[in-house]
Amino acid sequence: MIPVRAIAVRSSVLTVLLGAFAITAVPLRAGDILPNERRSGYSFMAPDTKAIQDDDTANPGMLWVLDGEALWKKKQGSADKACTDCHDDARVSMKGVAARYPAFDKELEQPVDLEARINLERVRHQGAEPLAFESRDLLALTAFIAKQSRGVAISAGDDPALAPFVAKGHDLFTQRQGQLNLACANCHDDNWDKRLAGSAITQAHPTGYPMYRLEWQSLGSLQRRLRGCIFGVRAQPYAFGAPELVDLELYLKSRAKGMPVETPAVRP
Amino acid sequence: MPSALINVPPKAKRGDIIEIKALMSHIMETGYRRTAAGDIVPRDIITSFTCRYNGTEVFRADFFPAIAANPFISFFTVARESGKFDFEWIGDKGFSETASASIAVE
Repeated sequence: MIPVRAIAVRSSVLTVLLGAFAITAVPLRAGDILPNERRSGYSFMAPDTKAIQDDDTANPGMLWVLDGEALWKKKQGSADKACTDCHDDARVSMKGVAARYPAFDKELEQPVDLEARINLERVRHQGAEPLAFESRDLLALTAFIAKQSRGVAISAGDDPALAPFVAKGHDLFTQRQGQLNLACANCHDDNWDKRLAGSAITQAHPTGYPMYRLEWQSLGSLQRRLRGCIFGVRAQPYAFGAPELVDLELYLKSRAKGMPVETPAVRP
Repeated sequence: MPSALINVPPKAKRGDIIEIKALMSHIMETGYRRTAAGDIVPRDIITSFTCRYNGTEVFRADFFPAIAANPFISFFTVARESGKFDFEWIGDKGFSETASASIAVE
């Protein structure tokens, strides 16, 4: 059960504080986490789990990064081109890219996440089939590209064309849904300092995707994580690639603005 | 694409206790799960891991279905001489992978 009283108290405190922050660049809304209270999911973890993420030879996410590096150099599709033929050294060309995704695609007139961008590049420039969501190859390429942004500050949502989509994502985040009638915000804004059963409720700052979850025993995307949460409140999850999921991803990334990319992160 | 992540210190003093870490990409399918149709998903695990230091076995482990995917092994040994660590993973469905790393002992 969500302690309703606690939510009310936190909201009222924030409403008072809001006045002080009204003139800052990122507008805070009632219930938002204060900038100085923002934390990566990393900071909620036990020292043992942190140690797995910190050591690239112990972090299983690096297995996907290695696979992704091989795929980056592999010629594919009817154009018989590899990623590297256009983008050259990923360490240079891909640095900071993941930090600004999901980004606006002018042709589709909507935001696309990094996975969708990789598939668009495959179709548009390599003449190859798009890779399936959560397939090893798509996760590997995404992890390899995102790893080049490790330590770069997240800047997704800066493009003014994205503003309406960020707003849609925020609406979804605060909209109650499912048989448990819970919004994302009920846990991740109002109760992130508490626990749900034994697990820490974190702040929903997607700093390390695609990430290795010990529970999954695999790397997984932010969309997989979102679908898991939606299933958890007993709502019908959106299909992989649904615009609602991309809007949510975009809102969450914009909420983590300025926090460093950790890909491939490890989480319990 | 099975791949391994190995961490052996590149240099050590003779007699030092060194930590060796080895991570192998593997699904470690337990053999206890069933598909939606009720059929058992066949067991597919690594069954043994061996580490040899200049040909001498210094560590061996047998794996069982309860071990998680992408098994990570960490152990200690004494740096006696410069040379090579050879790692070998053997498993179901003919799985057999090797990796190696060298160390300079002064």
